[in-house]
Amino acid sequence: MGYIVVEVMPKQEILDPQGKAVAGALARQGHPFTDVRQGKRFTLAVDGPVTEAHLAAARAAAETTLSNPIIEDVVGIHAVEEDLPADSGAAISAEVTA
Amino acid sequence: MSSRIGVVTFPGSLDDRDAQRAVRLAGGEPVALWHADTDLAGVEAVVLPGGFSYGDYLRAGAIASHSPIVREIVTAAGRGLPVLGICNGFQILCEAHLLPGALIRNDHQRFLCRDQQLEVTNAATAWTNQFAPGQQITIPLKNGEGGFVADDATLDRLEGEGQVVFRYLGSNPNGSLRDIAGVTNEAGNVVGLMPHPEHAVQQGYGPDVAGAPRSGTDGLGLFASAIRSLVSA
Repeated sequence: MGYIVVEVMPKQEILDPQGKAVAGALARQGHPFTDVRQGKRFTLAVDGPVTEAHLAAARAAAETTLSNPIIEDVVGIHAVEEDLPADSGAAISAEVTA
Repeated sequence: MSSRIGVVTFPGSLDDRDAQRAVRLAGGEPVALWHADTDLAGVEAVVLPGGFSYGDYLRAGAIASHSPIVREIVTAAGRGLPVLGICNGFQILCEAHLLPGALIRNDHQRFLCRDQQLEVTNAATAWTNQFAPGQQITIPLKNGEGGFVADDATLDRLEGEGQVVFRYLGSNPNGSLRDIAGVTNEAGNVVGLMPHPEHAVQQGYGPDVAGAPRSGTDGLGLFASAIRSLVSA
């Protein structure tokens, strides 16, 4: 089984209230991070190895469904070679920017 | 024969029965539609009610915007069918590209529920023709993702073309850009707003008004407007 990871982030100019709330919590714990932006990471599974057709489908899904281009950017679409842990599907991750 | 107005129920809709009741109190005949329906049962207008369609898991309204019934509504709206999106319905209409912009999480990051004053800034749409331009109305607001955003060019265009239909009065409840509470498409048949007109349609159940608690019925005007549009069409 192959996997494609799609990463979506709120556009820089769009207010990210979730990231802001996380930044506030981290600052209160004494961490040095000056900003936090929170996005989404999708893991798409396909039968067999990832092909160019799979990647094209992932790009289409990313633009039409997984992101809303008005408020979000698709910042990464890439195939993952190694086996993923069983619980990694459709995980939501926080991304920290400098 | 009274006007038949459809109200769509999605898995996770909460205010569909309230919207049906509002249609009835305004003099129309509510018709229940289901998210998986592939035809509109001959209705003359459609309301997308508030709630959390499909759990709002991807983004508010995103999954619903791809549902069979919404695909039919997009086609019919292009032919002039009056469509009203309330709260989650507004989010669905934006995700379906029937309305411009998008709704993001409230800037203060909390769910807010209160009676909200609005200015009717466009009284010429299918859903606002019973109001006077500039009229102030009060209807309930309850949302966690009600921040209306669009780029500056879109916002300028919306204001320039009169596509801003409702504006928040008093403090901005959710960080919506330019205090925008509701917008319409270019043709004026599709309207979306975050506050809930269907919760202000009957004395005893609406917002407080001076000297008469829970007696506000300003929301009735939206449903009465659609019925008038249909009767005069």
